[in-house]
Amino acid sequence: MNVDLLSFARGPALKFALGIFCAGVVWRILAFCLLRIRRDFNRPRNSMLKYLWTGVFATASRSWPHPEFIKRTGAGEALGYSYHMGLFVVILLFGPHIAFLGSLFGITWPGLPSSVITAIAVVTATLFLGVLFRRVTTPVIRMLSNFDDYFSWFITMLVMLTGLAASAHLGARYETLLAIHILSVDVLLVWFPFGKLMHAFYIFPSRAINGAILARKGAAT
Amino acid sequence: MTDLAITAETHADAATRASQVAGAMRGFSREIGAMSAFRMESCIHCGMCAEACHYYIATEDPQYTPIWKVEPFKQAYKREASAFAPVIRLFGLKRAVTAEQLAQWQHLLFDSCNLCGRCSLICPMGIDVTTLIEQARHAMFDAGLAPQELYDKADHQQLTGHPEASLEPYRQKLLDIGIRFNVPIPLDQPDVEVMLCVPRTDIDHYPQAVAAIARVMRHLGVSHTFRSDGLIAENYGYYAGSKEWQREISLRLIDQAVACHAKILLVPECGHAYTALRWEAADLVGKPLPFKVMAATEYLALALKSGQLSLGKADIGATSFQDPCKLDRMGGVIHAPRELMKAMGVDLHEMENSGNFSFCCGGGGGVVDIEQAKPLRYRTMETKLREVDATDTKTFLTSCSDCRRTFDDAKEHFSWDKSPQSLLELVAANLVATRPVTTSTGA
Repeated sequence: MNVDLLSFARGPALKFALGIFCAGVVWRILAFCLLRIRRDFNRPRNSMLKYLWTGVFATASRSWPHPEFIKRTGAGEALGYSYHMGLFVVILLFGPHIAFLGSLFGITWPGLPSSVITAIAVVTATLFLGVLFRRVTTPVIRMLSNFDDYFSWFITMLVMLTGLAASAHLGARYETLLAIHILSVDVLLVWFPFGKLMHAFYIFPSRAINGAILARKGAAT
Repeated sequence: MTDLAITAETHADAATRASQVAGAMRGFSREIGAMSAFRMESCIHCGMCAEACHYYIATEDPQYTPIWKVEPFKQAYKREASAFAPVIRLFGLKRAVTAEQLAQWQHLLFDSCNLCGRCSLICPMGIDVTTLIEQARHAMFDAGLAPQELYDKADHQQLTGHPEASLEPYRQKLLDIGIRFNVPIPLDQPDVEVMLCVPRTDIDHYPQAVAAIARVMRHLGVSHTFRSDGLIAENYGYYAGSKEWQREISLRLIDQAVACHAKILLVPECGHAYTALRWEAADLVGKPLPFKVMAATEYLALALKSGQLSLGKADIGATSFQDPCKLDRMGGVIHAPRELMKAMGVDLHEMENSGNFSFCCGGGGGVVDIEQAKPLRYRTMETKLREVDATDTKTFLTSCSDCRRTFDDAKEHFSWDKSPQSLLELVAANLVATRPVTTSTGA
């Protein structure tokens, strides 16, 4: 039964989820690319090389707030970037994840010891709880939040918690816990193209394109 | 009229308004283009943009969060043009924007946004929120929801060339300024290097600024002219959100610049006029302009660099400077005013937030003209006034007539002890002859 569930989770369910994920991501990006792209007839202040380079530079520079804003946004940004980094470390440097990604892409790389990953995952999950707390207690963020924000948080947290439970063998047989973890990943993959998780694909192009458009005018980036 | 007739008329009005709003939102979704769709898609609801906005900083009211100001437009885009729009409509996942909802947003898009661009600098996703707000203003205009003051001025300007009726023609007012300040005002010259326009604010409130640009241009010996049929720099079509009227108003200046074969259309101290002409006019007419558009400060800074302009020391003591948002942060004219001040030996004391991060004066985006926006504008301006006061300076300069008008209004409202002076006037007062002044441009 557990083996069947696990086979289903990493077999047909995962294939289905990956199919939705890939098709959804491609369509979501294509949909706005198909909208009208305006030609800018105004004479640029900077050369194309300069404004394109400024756009590329903005992909990195926007990761750190301008000093003028740090007092007001530093804590929020630190929280945001910290859990993102935690997520990346857990996703990319945990042995079983590397093996899974290796089976998809054909390459593997060295990982971190499980104990280190577990510690990072616990810290990341705690920070993520802080993110939710901030979302519901900060009036501005609460006002901006919708179902997408809360469901995206929930499904990401679910993946983290089921992963932690599976690696610690907590509450059930390992196969069952692993199956539940993989099923939660499947749900996340299916949800991904429909909600804000898409920002993973948008963040760098958004910084680069907006930065280049502003730099074309010589405006601040 | 009977109650029944009134009710029927009210229902008819409501139906018309609802249809107008639906049309405006569909138009917005169709017109938005790939780039702004991408901007709306990219928002992660982090709320950081609130921390850059002086309306939020002054009030801590979440509704002033910049990206929230385009919320109905995000809603409309998702319903009408996003990747899953048909599914969203089918299952009613996003409701259609209503006339009532949009009417509430008039306050957020017009009364409480100066289009200053500060929010565009803070977004971790890099989103240029200001451009989205400008586009939302277009839809508000199409929905019949532009503030009356801006609508009336834009309408008058697209018809007559100037935003308000005037007993004396502006052409005559301009010539009178020349006589009053004893400076020749070249008008309607046929072949010139530079065509000048002039903020109506300067003609009506700061005529010395008009005399200053005329004096400086004469000093430089560059052939130049004002044009009777393309005189006023402001563009109320831009403020009101009417692309069509903005285009018409810009075309008056463009046509005149073409008619006098100008190589440069020089915009004196007016931030939004610069934006409308420098960064939007060519797009609205659908082709590159056959001349350059330059702000007076950048033109003069270039003249300084080339040795064409030489300036004496200005004895004005410690000085602070208000960066006009549309010229510096949004327009790239950030170094020019400082180069001019440096050349005059000005002892510049920067505000806590200056240059690209300067707070708006509070009057930008047409807000200074909106009566109902006044209480909030005054509340918001306090942040700025505190920063100016903190510089502990004697002189306060700016290079935008709308900033100047807004601060002068604040001076009266708060009994503030400072009055901004024009950088251009300071330049005109400190000209040093570097070569014989030609008179070919005289009136």
